[in-house]
Amino acid sequence: MKQRSLKVIGAGSALSLLALGAAQAAEDPVRLTIVSWGGAYTASQVRAYHEPWMEMNPHVTIINDDGSANALASLRAQSQAGNVTWDLVDMLPSDAQLACDEGIILQIDHDAMLAAAPDGTPASEDFLPGSLGECFIPQIVYSTIISFNTEMFPEDAMPQSIADFFDTEGFPGRRAIQDRPAANLEWALYADGVAIEDIYDVLATPEGVDRAFAKLDTIKDELVFWTEGAQAPQLLADQEVAFATGYNGRIFDASEVEGQPFEIIWDGQIVEWDGWVVPADGPNVDAVMEYLYFATDTQRLADQAKFISYGPARASSAPLVSTHADLGIDMIPHMPTNPDNYFSPIVLDNDFWTDYGDELRERFANWMLQ
Amino acid sequence: MAQADAGGIPTASEHEPRRKLVTADGTPLKRALQRAERRRVLAAFGLVAPLLIFLLTVFIFPIGQMMWRSVDNPQVVNALPNTLQALRGWDGQDVPGEAVFAALHADYMADQDRPRREQAMGPLGIRLNYELSAARGAISRTGRNVDTFEAPFREAFLDAHRLWGDPALWRVIQREGRPLTAAYYVAALDREYDADGNIVQRDENRRIYVSLYGRTLALSLGITFLTFLLGFPIAYYMSILPMRQANLLMICVLLPFWTSLLVRTTAWIVLLQQQGVINTLLVSVGIIGDDGRLSLIYNMTGTIIAMTHILLPFMVLPLYSVMRTIPPSYMRAAKSLGATPTTAFRRVYFPQTLPGIGAGAVLVFIISIGYYITPALVGGQSGRMISNEIARHMQQSLNWGLAAALGTMLLVGVLILYWAYNKLVGADTLKLG
Repeated sequence: MKQRSLKVIGAGSALSLLALGAAQAAEDPVRLTIVSWGGAYTASQVRAYHEPWMEMNPHVTIINDDGSANALASLRAQSQAGNVTWDLVDMLPSDAQLACDEGIILQIDHDAMLAAAPDGTPASEDFLPGSLGECFIPQIVYSTIISFNTEMFPEDAMPQSIADFFDTEGFPGRRAIQDRPAANLEWALYADGVAIEDIYDVLATPEGVDRAFAKLDTIKDELVFWTEGAQAPQLLADQEVAFATGYNGRIFDASEVEGQPFEIIWDGQIVEWDGWVVPADGPNVDAVMEYLYFATDTQRLADQAKFISYGPARASSAPLVSTHADLGIDMIPHMPTNPDNYFSPIVLDNDFWTDYGDELRERFANWMLQ
Repeated sequence: MAQADAGGIPTASEHEPRRKLVTADGTPLKRALQRAERRRVLAAFGLVAPLLIFLLTVFIFPIGQMMWRSVDNPQVVNALPNTLQALRGWDGQDVPGEAVFAALHADYMADQDRPRREQAMGPLGIRLNYELSAARGAISRTGRNVDTFEAPFREAFLDAHRLWGDPALWRVIQREGRPLTAAYYVAALDREYDADGNIVQRDENRRIYVSLYGRTLALSLGITFLTFLLGFPIAYYMSILPMRQANLLMICVLLPFWTSLLVRTTAWIVLLQQQGVINTLLVSVGIIGDDGRLSLIYNMTGTIIAMTHILLPFMVLPLYSVMRTIPPSYMRAAKSLGATPTTAFRRVYFPQTLPGIGAGAVLVFIISIGYYITPALVGGQSGRMISNEIARHMQQSLNWGLAAALGTMLLVGVLILYWAYNKLVGADTLKLG
């Protein structure tokens, strides 16, 4: 009995060896679980990356999981349970840094693992400065901006700057901001006259924090707080608020695709990256690396901008950005990195926020409750 | 046969004057009874075993894990064994000397030799940052070029990051260099350690949790009272109606139960927002002006309205089932003996509904104290509860120790309240039907 089952196993492994031998011709089916933010963002990745890759590699099936909002907690739980089921995760660089410190995602050798630009520039130089992380491969630049409902202001007096956002007399109406300190404190200092390059130095001092909160106090009576990205355009559309902070892609979607009367204030846009991390001990690390090489090359990153208004993270992709795939409108004016919009950007300092985030979040939570 | 038996010592049974009772097949009755009893106990245990195992795995074990996490503190011990050794006897005043920094360097080098998954400096930085802002940056940025450091190490470290020259960082390392910590509970009570290691209140502008516990408690009590106010008349009305109409009303009460929580909550958003149905109605009727629209949502009012609605059935059902069993003849008797309707209600009817009120109140209160999704969606800032903060630490800040401490405190708080209820009212008076 035992011998027989051994024989069966032997035959089975011989067969699988044969299959391996034939793998170059017809590979074993691979199922990749890719985790992202859902909604329009996942849709843009499906059309720009997943579908072309599955067409080129019929043996690969990509399964989308909309778990990015809580990816850090899930990754840690999967890692501690010794059962990692995710192959690739889309997350923010600050979360990626935490996961990297904990050793639950893989370190990336950018030049070895990623495609060079078409002109041969290595990946580490082609990606925008400061965007690559130890464990992090950026895809897009997005920005957190302030937008307003044009129907709530007279045509000749539309707000144009962060200072206008803090001017409740000149521009009355309620304002919706996110219920966390990042972006809000930077804007408060910027509106209070701090030069953009000094914002984080000022914010690292107790006096600077007091100054930022004092500035926020001046508009506190008009504030509404939102938590989820989808709430901001909703509050604006319902005219619950006149201004809302939000992600530029969501506002683009609401204004250009759904036709809402929203306008973006590009002054003081808070620029941040978003990108991939590879869980350590994932089920298909090799297959994921092949996919990543493809999905982060110059053309693919440019393609994603056909479906959503986030800028590609590679310098070489920028000239390839064209028109929206469904609407046919030119996407370049809607890119955060377009020079017309990129005149006074604040680049989010993730090191600052990983260092001071806990303390400032507590202070912010306390301030919101006062 | 009978002699071949038992009971331990044969000599004792030989001298026994009375004959033993035996069953038909000769086994002593006592033993047969014992055996049957044991079988019954085993069978009973077998029947409850699935539930017991289920409770152990999904209830007791995770709660134990949570409590363990709230004091578990392996990070510093794992990462800095040599440094902790060298720090022994340090007075906590000035920056430590070269010996400590040399040990720190040795710890760094030992850590870099480990496989990446077992490296301890990353978790160490995250852990220390909970106690002291920017500590994570000090640990990780120093780690990037620590292999180039040469003696004297003290200068090299002080150059690498300003925090190494801050006694506060060393005090944190010394204090947290133990496998168990109280630091998460200290933080959960809005307290911190001062320079001498005493536990003191935090800066006023960083206190959040204690007031949040207070608010959670007050909101839950308020919501319990509101469900009682609204639920009592409905339950009473249902109990005196004929069965058919009562059933119809019951369906109306239960309808919210059958609708998804998210759908119900979203429906409240549609109704209550400033441009929503209720405000628009009030404006069109002329009760309020267009610029005086009420803020009914994204604040405490929103949380109270939505949660009262959602939890109402938990009050109505126990009340109804208790009221149904109160014979109407009692009220008639009270009236015929000269009681006014109010007196009859107050002294005869109402006391009999108390078991139902107690059950409903305990249910609603305990459910609402841990409520999470509704406050998150309609509560704005002023309507948030402690559970929202716990969720944030679980999912976003990844400070599971603090989340566990907050959760344990909530659990203990509920147990204390239940104990007090039991002392004052008696849990055996609860009646669900």
